[in-house]
Amino acid sequence: MPSLEEGERAMSLIELNNVDISFASKGKKKGSVNALVGMNLTIDEGEIIAVVGESGCGKTTLGKVIADIYRPTKGEVLFHGKDIHKLSKKEYQEYRLGVQMVHQDSYAALNPNKTIAQSLILPLLRHKLAKNNEEALDILFEYFNEVGLNPPELFLEKYPHQLSGGQRQRILLARALSVRPKLIVADEPVSMVDVSLRISLLNLMAKMNQKYKISFIYITHDLGTARYIAAHGKIMVMYLGRMIESNKIQEAIKNPMHPYFQALVAAVPEADSRRSEFAKELPLRSLDMPDLLNLPEGCKFHPRCPYYKDICMQEEPKLRKLNGGIVACHRAEECMKKTETEE
Amino acid sequence: MDPILEIKNLCIDFQTNRGIIRACDDVSVNFNRGDIIGIIGESGSGKTTLASGILKTIRAPGRIARGEILYHTQKGEIIDLLKLSEHEYAKHRWTNITTVFQAAQNVLNPTLKVKDHFIETAMAHDTDKKLTKKKILEKAAMLLSQVRLEERILNSYPHQLSGGMKQRTIIALSLLLEPDIIILDEPTTALDVITQWYIIDILRKIHEETGITMIFMTHDVSIIGSVVDRIGVMYCGQLVEYGKVEDVFSKPSHSYTFGLMNAVPSLKDDITKRKAITGYPPNLLELPKGCRFGPRCFLSNDGVCKSEEINITDMIDVGNEQLTLCPHWKKVKEQCH
Repeated sequence: MPSLEEGERAMSLIELNNVDISFASKGKKKGSVNALVGMNLTIDEGEIIAVVGESGCGKTTLGKVIADIYRPTKGEVLFHGKDIHKLSKKEYQEYRLGVQMVHQDSYAALNPNKTIAQSLILPLLRHKLAKNNEEALDILFEYFNEVGLNPPELFLEKYPHQLSGGQRQRILLARALSVRPKLIVADEPVSMVDVSLRISLLNLMAKMNQKYKISFIYITHDLGTARYIAAHGKIMVMYLGRMIESNKIQEAIKNPMHPYFQALVAAVPEADSRRSEFAKELPLRSLDMPDLLNLPEGCKFHPRCPYYKDICMQEEPKLRKLNGGIVACHRAEECMKKTETEE
Repeated sequence: MDPILEIKNLCIDFQTNRGIIRACDDVSVNFNRGDIIGIIGESGSGKTTLASGILKTIRAPGRIARGEILYHTQKGEIIDLLKLSEHEYAKHRWTNITTVFQAAQNVLNPTLKVKDHFIETAMAHDTDKKLTKKKILEKAAMLLSQVRLEERILNSYPHQLSGGMKQRTIIALSLLLEPDIIILDEPTTALDVITQWYIIDILRKIHEETGITMIFMTHDVSIIGSVVDRIGVMYCGQLVEYGKVEDVFSKPSHSYTFGLMNAVPSLKDDITKRKAITGYPPNLLELPKGCRFGPRCFLSNDGVCKSEEINITDMIDVGNEQLTLCPHWKKVKEQCH
């Protein structure tokens, strides 16, 4: 490989090249479900990317590919420009430490039989970030203060069931931070946390992003929180395993290009009825997703799309540049114009 | 003013190893006929307990400690639901007062087809034994079309339906006996935004057509904000505020309401104004003295109010049918808008 290209690639922290993942369906209907199709993504240092889409669109699979929990069926994942499956043992360990995950269900993510201290000291010793228990505790104290669990000793001796959801989620964040990662994949981290505490967790992640330059992949179906955390970042919209739109988040929400994303934005309810009325109608022909084992020809969205034409039934659109971002839709320009005139 | 449910001083206790938890504490509120009412609150605030109280489905170790729930029937009778025997209440449950639970996925019997659920429910409540299967299925098909499902669903088993379809099936099932009141406990949580929008839209249309009284219980104010007429806010088992939705949003009279409204990220507003409520909800076994929201309240943190010394009594009418539990509501109104 030419050295110049190598150098260019090293710029981004993680890069996904044409990643496909398919799961075999073993039920009555044989076949395979393509959870990710031709996924290309680069994550730079200190970047926040929000990944949104309906359940079953492959958001979580994407997160797990980035953290090397699932191995792609096709394509490669690069860490600092190198394929993660061709790294030396030492480099792979660096990657493993560098990419951490925070899960949705904080209760399931902590061992119920161990105290928080027991659970959190282990990775520090295992990865030789601390020589002994005292050193590990010192590190944990520092991060517990950071995530707002004061005083730390009160939480370290507790078992997971003795803590509230918000506190457990902070502990997961502290656990991820304690190994000094470069990227945190946060899979619906606040969806099980009380509304009054969500913002403080989102703020915390934003603070970590700025202070330690940690990149975040924020996986969610809640556009409101996505807009909040990734205020200066990017958004990526997924539909049936494909990336269909990506742009700077404020611009994307103001001017959604793909008709699916337009529907998604329109469906988000607004608490205060003075800010916006309940959407009378959604720009969709059908509200149900197609059968994953029997996807439509051409654009996968056309059976639900109100703007579809013949071309949409025959040819699957490729991602192309538009309005400062990228979109995979044959008729994105017309769709954008239409929504403008309707407004 | 035509009340359909009058709840008076309702207290529901749960016995635990470490003491008694009062999950619903002295809740008094009137629900008007034909309104859409939203009750918001975080997990553990007592929303579901209140719903179970109205339905009288509290089971040990829980018990209704005291209170009255007066139900005004369509004929104008007034019945105290809590005084009814189990057998007598069964005449009202599902015929007059129905419910749609959060985990709708688990409500349907996996071994029964959808149509059998309809037939079984109708037969069980048909005291005169006049109904025929054909009539029931006709009605079921009509209701399914109301929730925008095809008639063929009747021959499906629950596992063949998606989460949103199951939830819609249950809404149809809950309307089968033409009830007066429908209680929806987190009807859209765990569903996608698009499905969520769809379900709320269906419920809105059903309300327009039938004028049924709907009571939504949810933790996410954004879902119901633009649909409900009146909104109640619960915190630690207490109803802290109740009023018309416009008033509660624009002129909250309890600082918890204000905090909650301000904590929800949305798509349109200025994100820098969003702020979380400080602290955590208290343990119900170790409640703070006086005002339960005191330790998290900005008035108390600013020293305006000594929250431990407050003697919480009944709700205070602040005008325009808005009720609050906070004695310093004037200061809240001045500072929160």
